[in-house]
Amino acid sequence: MHLRRRALFAGLCLCCLGGADRPVTLRQVAAGIYVRRGVDEDATRDNQDAIANIGFIEGRDGILVTDPGGCLADGQALRTAIRGVSDKPIRYVLLSHIHPDHIFGAGAFRQDNPVFIGHANLPQALAARGDFYQTQLDGILGPGQAGPLVQPTMTIATTHDIDMGDRRLTLTAHGPAHTRTDVSLFDHATATLLAADLLFVGRVPSLDGSLSGWLVELAALGANRPALAIPGHGPVSVDFTSAAAPLIRYLTALRDQTRAAIAAGVGIEAASTSVARSERANWRLFDDYNGRNVTEAYKELEWE
Amino acid sequence: MRATVAAVCLAIALAAPIARAADDDSARAQRWDALAATIFPGRHVTQAAGFVGIDAPVRAMDAALVPVTLTLPTDRNLKALYLVVDENPSPIAAHVVFGPAAGGHTLTLRIRVDQYTNLHAVAETADGQLYAAARFIKAAGGCSAPGSETPEIALREAGQMKLRLHDEAGAETADLLIRHPNFNGMQMDQVSHLYTPARYINRIDISYNGQSVLHIDTDISLASDPAIGFGFKSDGTGTLTVDVADTAHATWHQDFPVAPHGT
Repeated sequence: MHLRRRALFAGLCLCCLGGADRPVTLRQVAAGIYVRRGVDEDATRDNQDAIANIGFIEGRDGILVTDPGGCLADGQALRTAIRGVSDKPIRYVLLSHIHPDHIFGAGAFRQDNPVFIGHANLPQALAARGDFYQTQLDGILGPGQAGPLVQPTMTIATTHDIDMGDRRLTLTAHGPAHTRTDVSLFDHATATLLAADLLFVGRVPSLDGSLSGWLVELAALGANRPALAIPGHGPVSVDFTSAAAPLIRYLTALRDQTRAAIAAGVGIEAASTSVARSERANWRLFDDYNGRNVTEAYKELEWE
Repeated sequence: MRATVAAVCLAIALAAPIARAADDDSARAQRWDALAATIFPGRHVTQAAGFVGIDAPVRAMDAALVPVTLTLPTDRNLKALYLVVDENPSPIAAHVVFGPAAGGHTLTLRIRVDQYTNLHAVAETADGQLYAAARFIKAAGGCSAPGSETPEIALREAGQMKLRLHDEAGAETADLLIRHPNFNGMQMDQVSHLYTPARYINRIDISYNGQSVLHIDTDISLASDPAIGFGFKSDGTGTLTVDVADTAHATWHQDFPVAPHGT
């Protein structure tokens, strides 16, 4: 299917697809919290990298956007959709982590002069990877279509509270987990957890930080007893405990079976095709990511 | 998400063979001839498939970490081994010189692969003959692909080592892990628009009870956090010593005790 779609675009239709904006449809999942469901695919010219759950929180004094979207056009479409709901000033844009499907829409919000917020590790991570991500994404979407890299203007090393007038938001910078730049957000007014990519539902997670660390952070995330959670990928509103269970089960299988492979002297290549296979039927895009996840896990766990 | 990276790899995987199939084989053969003439000037390299076995994934999961297993001839009349990644910017991934304490029949390494390439393993026998074996690998982007999100932390941990010992019939085998980001100078800092300066491990010496096992000259084609699997002639006791140096003239030394099995 990928092959057919790509062949079509390459041969016939480069011109008309590059700039076509896909409108963002927002759903209100709790009072003043709006989310767009990302599609469970990898980035393509067709889906414009609109693959992550993104949205905003409206408070008395303004708006916080998170995440800003997967490319400049995705960010612009999000901004248009926000303006269809609220004309309050956009004061904050939270970049939940380094990955392109979450951050390349940030350029659409520069005109609002918001505070761009990210993890304390994000500036360095953007310096190391930003150019690579931008080049790769331009390669998929078309030259110049990815959008600018926007550095955070405020970084968080531990936690930070934002007063929106009628609601308090707590931002938490996590240790290495999904990535080394994960920030989650908790809205005290509705007890909603915006977990970003610390929580994958239905789509196989990608490991780019620390497997052991991710399991630790997942255990801690439930501590606020969120009434509902918004995952970075999957349905826009879930019960945290039941939605996190399959992810914890997958990551645990990945950890335990990779450890067993290392202990038995199974090499990294053989492990990548044998570990966590029992999870295959449970996740979309499993074949695209599991082998890579095993490689990441192996590199981490062989040092234990 | 690694979404874009995976998608790009897929795009390359699908597009490249069609675009390049016609001239690939002859271009690759020419590339190898030129490389062989540069690396082994004036010497004859005999193509001998199977003299050294090369095992590597046909389509690599991660182009920045491609595991390669080399199977060495049972007659260990070997002086040295070259691992060449033909299409990489710096093709000689490793030049391994076997010492008197070398043993076992396999050598494993992890390499970076920049584009679809042949891998060549060239064995040099004690009498100076060169025997080459080749294997084709589909992987791309492994050299410019950024490694750690936090390169400064990676550099702080550089030089940490770990050794795992296994028992293989006739010889002891070991997996050596070395922390090092192996910056290859191909990753751009988006803020400064400067390339992160190259800094990588260029020498690894392994000895057992004072006798050399392996001397390895390496280059940027070795993956970050190099991992080397090798064999050595063990008495079942004593010390395995590892000395590592990088291009910034940093050196690291570590002794690993070798304990008798079953204790």
